[in-house]
Amino acid sequence: MDDGRIKHHPILEFKEGRVVRFTFDGKELEGYEGEPIACALHAAGVRVLRESPELKRPRGFFCAIGNCSSCLMTVDGRPNVRVCVERLREGMNVITQKGKGVLLADN
Amino acid sequence: MSSLLTTEICVVGAGPAGLKAAILARDMGAGVTIVDSGVSLGGQLVKQTHKFFGSRGQFAGMRGIDIANLLSDELLKDPSVDVLCDSQVVGFYDDGTLAIEKDDSIRFLKPERVICATGASERMLPFENNDLPGVYGAGAAQTLMNMYGVRPGNRVLMIGAGNIGLIVSYQLMQAGVEVAAVLEAMPQVGGYHVHARKIQRAGIPILTSHTIKAAHGTEAVEGATVWALDPEFHPIPNSERYVEVDTICLAVGLSPLTELLWQAGCKMGYVPELGGYTPLRNENYETTRPGVFIAGDLAGIEEASSAMIEGTIAGLSAAKSLGYQTDDFEERLSRAKAELRTFRQGPTGRKVRQGITKLIALTEGVRAFD
Ligand SMILES: Cc1cc2nc3c(=O)[nH]c(=O)nc-3n(C[C@H](O)[C@H](O)[C@H](O)COP(=O)(O)OP(=O)(O)OC[C@H]3O[C@@H](n4cnc5c(N)ncnc54)[C@H](O)[C@@H]3O)c2cc1C
Repeated sequence: MDDGRIKHHPILEFKEGRVVRFTFDGKELEGYEGEPIACALHAAGVRVLRESPELKRPRGFFCAIGNCSSCLMTVDGRPNVRVCVERLREGMNVITQKGKGVLLADN
Repeated sequence: MSSLLTTEICVVGAGPAGLKAAILARDMGAGVTIVDSGVSLGGQLVKQTHKFFGSRGQFAGMRGIDIANLLSDELLKDPSVDVLCDSQVVGFYDDGTLAIEKDDSIRFLKPERVICATGASERMLPFENNDLPGVYGAGAAQTLMNMYGVRPGNRVLMIGAGNIGLIVSYQLMQAGVEVAAVLEAMPQVGGYHVHARKIQRAGIPILTSHTIKAAHGTEAVEGATVWALDPEFHPIPNSERYVEVDTICLAVGLSPLTELLWQAGCKMGYVPELGGYTPLRNENYETTRPGVFIAGDLAGIEEASSAMIEGTIAGLSAAKSLGYQTDDFEERLSRAKAELRTFRQGPTGRKVRQGITKLIALTEGVRAFD
């Protein structure tokens, strides 16, 4: 899972959490528990996070602070989750969001 | 609706401005709640691995992260201060109640005073395909690499040679990322020359009078076309060049994060020198809505050092307005104001000085109508 991770840094040391597994569009991936979902996806080389509703253009990470809505994905059935600030947990089911998403009654 | 919580002073945002405001208000004896949407306190400082510039600032020579820890510890070790992390203020009601979202539920807090120190957001730049994955805010790239240890890409084009563009370029190199070039639309570098020289020494070209024309790629960025600008900022025909990069970082300025204060009905002034719409305020950093104070980048884009001094002024003033008094209040307040004036002296402070002059004039104009 280390492809996109920084291994040596002259100043910083990264505290790595527990390794957890989650699925992205059905594919099994790994990441560190508690890091934003977008970070785990980025480290795994995933850059397209959703498709824009009107023009169906690919959209990815952009602001990293939950402001811009570029990274909305469907997580455990819940649409429009801002994955740049939503923390990763074991077993999460993360799906590329197409369109505006449908809100389920029990959400 | 859940029960209504109360506090004397609520500080919104725990960057350098909010932290200082909370510490000073607490020192005056006021009850303080500080709320931040991040996981940890410190705002922009938690990503800053470089030593802060200037001998003038209070913490010059220290790394941003260390300053953040120093200030946060002061609040975290004090049980009388309520610290709410991972909590975003999403509503500011007419009666002064704040709606705070945490873990998908909303809580309501009614403070007697509010100090808003929400900082700033990064600006977008119009160009073809600017919505492609791989076009990131420079601050966002910094969050990925410095907070979470993830490389934003393999080869980056940086747009903007102000301090943020220069510093993030250097930090990308430290993270093992190649920086293809730094583009700057102005004919000269905007940031401090120490930072520019550091990256030029490392062999990264800084192309002044250049900007990006388009990003290319189907699913994500695969390259970019850049072109040169004439002295009137018009693109020069046939100056296009293709650069192979997988990431484009935008460091083209910040704008104050004013949403909550628009909701609160605070009057704003458009002051380009301060980053765009900025809340009108008096010299104690109180807005046109009595009891609502501001500090930091929200009050005009500047630096951490000035943010901390503004936080000091807002914290002291908010506590004073609740009737708290200390023997050294007047002295501390005038010392902070003098520090701000010194900080803004000289050529680097000129733009901010002009902006503040405009802002104060706008504020007085509004007062005249009241
Ligand atoms: C790359 C870079 C390098 C820099 N280098 C230097 C330097 O060397 N020296 C220097 O002096 N300055 C430097 N600065 C500038 C400095 O970091 C900022 O000026 C300073 O952080 C502004 O402080 P602030 O408290 O106003 O805002 P911020 O630090 O932005 O903090 C605002 C806080 O408010 C929170 N927030 C926002 N909205 C809400 C809400 N609705 N609810 C709850 N919380 C909210 C945010 O999560 C954040 O934590 C640098 C900035 C950058 C980006």
